[in-house]
Amino acid sequence: MTAASAPLPPASLVEPEEVDTTRKSTKMSRADARAAAVKGKLSSPWTSLIAILIAIVWTVPTFGLLITSFRPRSEIRTSGWWTLPWNFELTLENYQEALFGSSTSLATYFVNSIVITLPAVIIPIALALLAAYAFAWIDFKGRNILFVAVFALQVVPIQVTLIPLLSQYVDWGIAGSFWVIWLSHSIFALPLAIYILHNFMKDIPPSLVEAARMDGAGHVKIFFQVLMPLLTPAIASFAIFQFLWVWNDLLVALTFAGGTTDVAPLTVRLAELSGTRGSQWQLLSAGAFIALVVPLIVFLSLQRYFVRGLLAGSVKG
Amino acid sequence: MNGTRRRRSYVAAAAAGASLALVLTACSSDDDGGGGGDDASSSTDCAAFEQYGDLEGKSISVYTSIVDPESVQQTDSYIPFEECTGATIEYEGSREFEAQLPVRLQAGNPPDIAYIPQPGFLASIVADYPDVVVAAPQAVIDNANEYYTEGWVNYGTVDGTLYATPLGANVKSFVWYSPAAFEENGYEIPTTWDDLLALTDTIAADFPDAKPWCAGIESGDATGWPATDWLEDVLLRTAGPEVYDQWVTHEIPFNDPQVLTALEAVGGILKNADYVNGGLGDVQSIATAPWNESANGIPDQTCFLHRAANFYQANWDEGLTVAEDGDVYAFYLPGESADDKPLLGGGEFVTAFADRPEVQAFQAYLSSPEWANAKAAATGQGWLSANSGLDPELLQSPIDKLSFDLLTDDSYTFRFDGSDQMPGAVGADAFWKQMTAWIAEDQSDAETLDNIEAAWPASS
Repeated sequence: MTAASAPLPPASLVEPEEVDTTRKSTKMSRADARAAAVKGKLSSPWTSLIAILIAIVWTVPTFGLLITSFRPRSEIRTSGWWTLPWNFELTLENYQEALFGSSTSLATYFVNSIVITLPAVIIPIALALLAAYAFAWIDFKGRNILFVAVFALQVVPIQVTLIPLLSQYVDWGIAGSFWVIWLSHSIFALPLAIYILHNFMKDIPPSLVEAARMDGAGHVKIFFQVLMPLLTPAIASFAIFQFLWVWNDLLVALTFAGGTTDVAPLTVRLAELSGTRGSQWQLLSAGAFIALVVPLIVFLSLQRYFVRGLLAGSVKG
Repeated sequence: MNGTRRRRSYVAAAAAGASLALVLTACSSDDDGGGGGDDASSSTDCAAFEQYGDLEGKSISVYTSIVDPESVQQTDSYIPFEECTGATIEYEGSREFEAQLPVRLQAGNPPDIAYIPQPGFLASIVADYPDVVVAAPQAVIDNANEYYTEGWVNYGTVDGTLYATPLGANVKSFVWYSPAAFEENGYEIPTTWDDLLALTDTIAADFPDAKPWCAGIESGDATGWPATDWLEDVLLRTAGPEVYDQWVTHEIPFNDPQVLTALEAVGGILKNADYVNGGLGDVQSIATAPWNESANGIPDQTCFLHRAANFYQANWDEGLTVAEDGDVYAFYLPGESADDKPLLGGGEFVTAFADRPEVQAFQAYLSSPEWANAKAAATGQGWLSANSGLDPELLQSPIDKLSFDLLTDDSYTFRFDGSDQMPGAVGADAFWKQMTAWIAEDQSDAETLDNIEAAWPASS
C-alpha cells in the first residue's frame, strides 16, 4: 500500500493478525512447525502481555468517552470520568438530546448516511472488479501504461479536485443531490480499488484461468465462476475499507452536497452538534457513540476478511 | 386578493404543521362557524408584507454559520414572511461556513443569501467575486438608513456601495460577575477603569485563595480570539475610537506605540499572577482554558470577574439565573472616565448573491423591524439586533435588554470587532496565534505586535 493512498484504519483494527499467523503455521512442514511451536512457547506470554497492554492503552480513551457520554454536563465539567465510582451519577439526557433534541431528528441523518454509503461502496467495487479483470487477464495494447496511469491517480489529493468537480456538477445541474456524492466517492475510490483487486486477481494461479478457458469458458464465466469465489476476501476487505471511509467522510459530503437535511450525512450533523458557539459540547460524546455503532457492526462482522484481503492485495504485486 | 392569499397561507401553515393543524381542527370542530374570525386574529397581520407582493411557489436559499439549536429561532422568525408571501426559505447552517462559502462562490453554486459574520470577510468576498455578490436593492437601502445607525450601515458598505445589512448584534464590552458575591462583600460596580483596577486589588486582598479575574481563550482552531477582544476593548479605552479606526484600517501600523500601551494594560490584568486565573490555574492556563467554560468559577466564588460578550449567557449552567438580582450578570466594562463609553460589538450581515424579486423581498424583510421583532419573539435568550425598530419589551433576557439599551444609547460609541474587519491573514490568523503565544509562551508585548504587523498583507 502506498503512503499516498486513502487513509488507513487505525492500527488497533489490524491487531487480530496474530490469530492468523498461528493458523497458518499448521500448514508448514513438520520442522518448521516444531520451530514455530518452540518460538511460540517462548514468546507468547510476553507477546500476549504486550498485546493486552496495547489493547488497554488504546481502549481507555474510548472507554472514558463512553462513560462521559452518560454523565450530566455539570459532572463532566467538574470531574474526570474516572471519578465515576465516587460520584455515581449517570443520565441518558445527552443521548436523548443528541438524538431528538434538534429540529431534525438524528434518524434523518442516519438514513442519509446509509443512502450515501451503500451505493458509494457498491459502485466502485463493481467497476473496479471489471477493470481489474481486464488489467489482469485480458491482453490489450497499452495495458501497462494504462495501469500505471490508474495507479498514479492515487497520488492526486482529493482536496485539489474539490472546486473543479463542484463547478462541473453545478454546470450539469446536479449539485446538492445524492448523485454527486456517489459519483465523487466512486471517483476517489476507483484507483485504489482497481489496484488492490488487480493485484489480488493477478495472484490467482494462471493455470486455473487457463483450465477454465480450455473447458470453453468465456470471460464472463471465468469472472463469475472461477475468480469471484476466490476474490471474496479481497472484495470484503475493500468493502470495509470503503465503508469506513465513506461513513466517516465529512469533507466530500459538505462540499458537494451541502448541509441541507435532505442529503446531509451523520458526520455533518455531528460536526454541528455542539451549536453555533459550542455551548452544547456535552452532546459530542453521545453523538460520537451513536455514529460509531454502524461502522462497529460492519467491522466486527467482516473483520476476519479484512487483514487477509488487504495484505493479499497489497504486499504481492 | 388579500383574502385569497391569506387562505392560501392558512393551507400552507396547515401542511407544514400537519399534526398540529389536525389537533386544532379537532378541538375547534364545535364552533366551525367562527373559523374565519379565528383565522384573521391568530395568523400574523400581513399588512406589512403587502409591499413584497405574491411570492407563492418561490424559494430562497439561505446559507449561514448559525446551526442548531440557534437556527430554530432563525427559521421560526421567517414564518410570518413565508405565511404572508407564500415563499419558502431553504435554510442551511454550517459551522464550516467561512471555508465553504468561497468554495461555493468559486464553483458557481452560491446561495441566494448568506449571513456573513465579519465585515472583513464581506470586503474580501466583494473584492474576489464582484460578479457574484449583488448590491443591496433600494428597499433594503431605505430600511438600513431608517433603522440602523450610520456606523452599522458602514460596516455593510464596501467602496461606497451598500452590500449587506446587519442581522443580529452582540455586545462584547461586558464583565460578568456574581451579584450575590458583590453584595456579600460590599463591592460596587466600577464606573471607571481605575475603579475596576481598585476593585481588582480589593478582591485580591480579600480572597487570597481565589483570584479576581478568570479568562480562557481556547476555542479549537480559533484559539486566541477572546484575547483579541480584550486588546480591542482596552485600545478603545486607552487610545479612543479614532485611533482604533486607524488601527483597524491599517492607517497606523499594528504595532503603533498606542497599541503597545493598550496591550500593556491588558497584560496588567491577564498576565498578572495576582489577578488570574481564578479557579483554573496560573497565567498560562488562560491559553488552555476553553473560553466557554472559563467563567464557571464565578458562581463558585473562585473568581469574580470575567470579560465576555452578552452571548456568554448560553454557557452558564442551566440552574443559574442571568439577571441583575440573579446568580450571574454583567456590567459594562468601564472606560477611562465615567463619560468615556466606547462599546465593542459584532454582528452578522445579510449578503445577497441573487437579484430575483423574492430574494430582494426577503432581504428587505430581514432589514425591517418586523423581522427583528419576530426574531426577538422567537428567541428565548441570547439574541438582539441593532435595528432601532426593535421593541425592547420583546427581548426576554435581562442581559439582552441591557445590551440593546447600550447599543441604542447615543452616549456610547459603538465600534465593530476589529479582528473581524482586518484581512483574514491577520484577523483570523496571526492576531489569534500571536495573542495565544503572548499568554502561553509569555512572548513580550512588543514582539507580539511586531509579529502581527509583519503578517499584514502587503497590498492592504
